[in-house]
Parts: sequence; C-alpha cells; structure tokens
Amino acid sequence: MADVNRGNRPLSPHLSIYRPQLTSMTSILTRITGNAMLVTSLLIVWWFLAAATSESYFAVADGFLTSWFGDLVLFLSLWGMWYHTLAGLRHLIWDNAIGLEINTAEKMGYAVIGGSILVTLITVIII
Amino acid sequence: MAFLTDRKRASGMGSAKSGTHHFWSMKVSSVALLFLVPMFILTFGGILGSNYAEVMAYFARPFPAIVAALTILVGFKHFNDGAQVLIEDYVHGFMQKILIILLTCLSYGAAAVGIFAIAKLAL
Repeated sequence: MADVNRGNRPLSPHLSIYRPQLTSMTSILTRITGNAMLVTSLLIVWWFLAAATSESYFAVADGFLTSWFGDLVLFLSLWGMWYHTLAGLRHLIWDNAIGLEINTAEKMGYAVIGGSILVTLITVIII
Repeated sequence: MAFLTDRKRASGMGSAKSGTHHFWSMKVSSVALLFLVPMFILTFGGILGSNYAEVMAYFARPFPAIVAALTILVGFKHFNDGAQVLIEDYVHGFMQKILIILLTCLSYGAAAVGIFAIAKLAL
C-alpha cells in the first residue's frame, strides 16, 4: 500500500542466466514429484471407490490401472514417490543444520537420485 | 493511513504466534509418511492386479485397510500443506485465496472419498 514502488523493481534470481545446479534441480524435482503425485492419489482413490461400489465398476477402474498405460503411470509414480520420500528425508536431515555444506548437499543429491532409482527397481521386483 | 508503511503497521503488534505451525505440520506428516508410504506401496502394490473377490477379502483384513486409510488421510493432509506453498509461491492476491480454498476442498474431499471407500470394503 505504502510501498508504491513494489512490483516495479528488478527481479531475482534471474533463472534464465543461472547454470543449472544439482542442488536447485533436485529441489525443484522434489516439488514436481510431490505435486504430480496428486494424479496417482486420485486414481488410487477412484480404484478404492470403484471397489466399494460394485464388481462391474471395479472392473472399469482396475482395468485402467492394470492396462499398459496404467502400469506406466504407476511405475513413474513409484519412482516419483521414492524420489520425494528420499528428498524429504534429506530435508529432515537438513532441518537439524546437518549436511548443508555444498559438497555434502550435492553428495546427498546424487544419493537421492541413485537411491530412488535403485529402490524403485527393487520394489518392482518384490511386488 | 496512507503514510504508514507495512513495517510500521506491524511494528509493536507482537508475533502472529503461528509462524512455525505450517513447518511443524509438514514435519509431523512427513515423518509419518516415511513409515506409511513403504507399507502402503507393499500392501497396495501386492494386491493390485488381483481379482475382485481377492481385493475384497484383502481389505477386509485390518492391517491393509488401516495402512491404506492412514496413508490417504496423512498423504492428502501433507499434499494440501505442500501444494498450498506451491500456490503461495507462484500466485498472489485474490486468485491465491481462491486456489487455496479449492485446493483444500479437493484434498479433504478426496481423502473423505478414499476413507469412506476403504471403510466400506473393510466393514
């Protein structure tokens, strides 16, 4: 209200001229995977609702989720879920002011990416 | 009032007493999901692909049903808190309020549908 110049100042952080960094990329990927999970969550809720409604409706929802396209969505979601979980774990560690040095943060970044792929493959083998 | 800055109007009023509440909610739900998500992936992932009768029998058991209901409840609460920050970061003003209200309706609505369905399967 009183700050008349608000909104008319130079903007930061000039995303377009930054070299992509591991820390910023893993950070935005955490947000993307977390919010993208909405689609999968709604599909799973739909599957439960269909199962609770009738056998014929269950066949529709179950048919979609177990189709090749459903498989693809669930496989990508599985990776997204594990990525978001491990990245969240990294945040819980950071909250204690541990591992915030750039070197350590980048090492944990690689661990999150590698770990999420590894755990996804293990999960696919188990289930 | 036009001469008062935002800083001046807030000065001396004390804190809002809720500064860390959102952070703490995220922290509690994320720790809970750290345990719930692997259990849900293993139970739901294990039964997905089975036929109708097997699915009905599976979610009539307490453990898979409780894990699924808790994951949906805590998961949608966590989603609501997280997506609210997403909106707050990129959308401002009146539209921000509208989107946060719609988000809240969606999160709690979806959680209610999911828990109702699981309760019906379980009971």
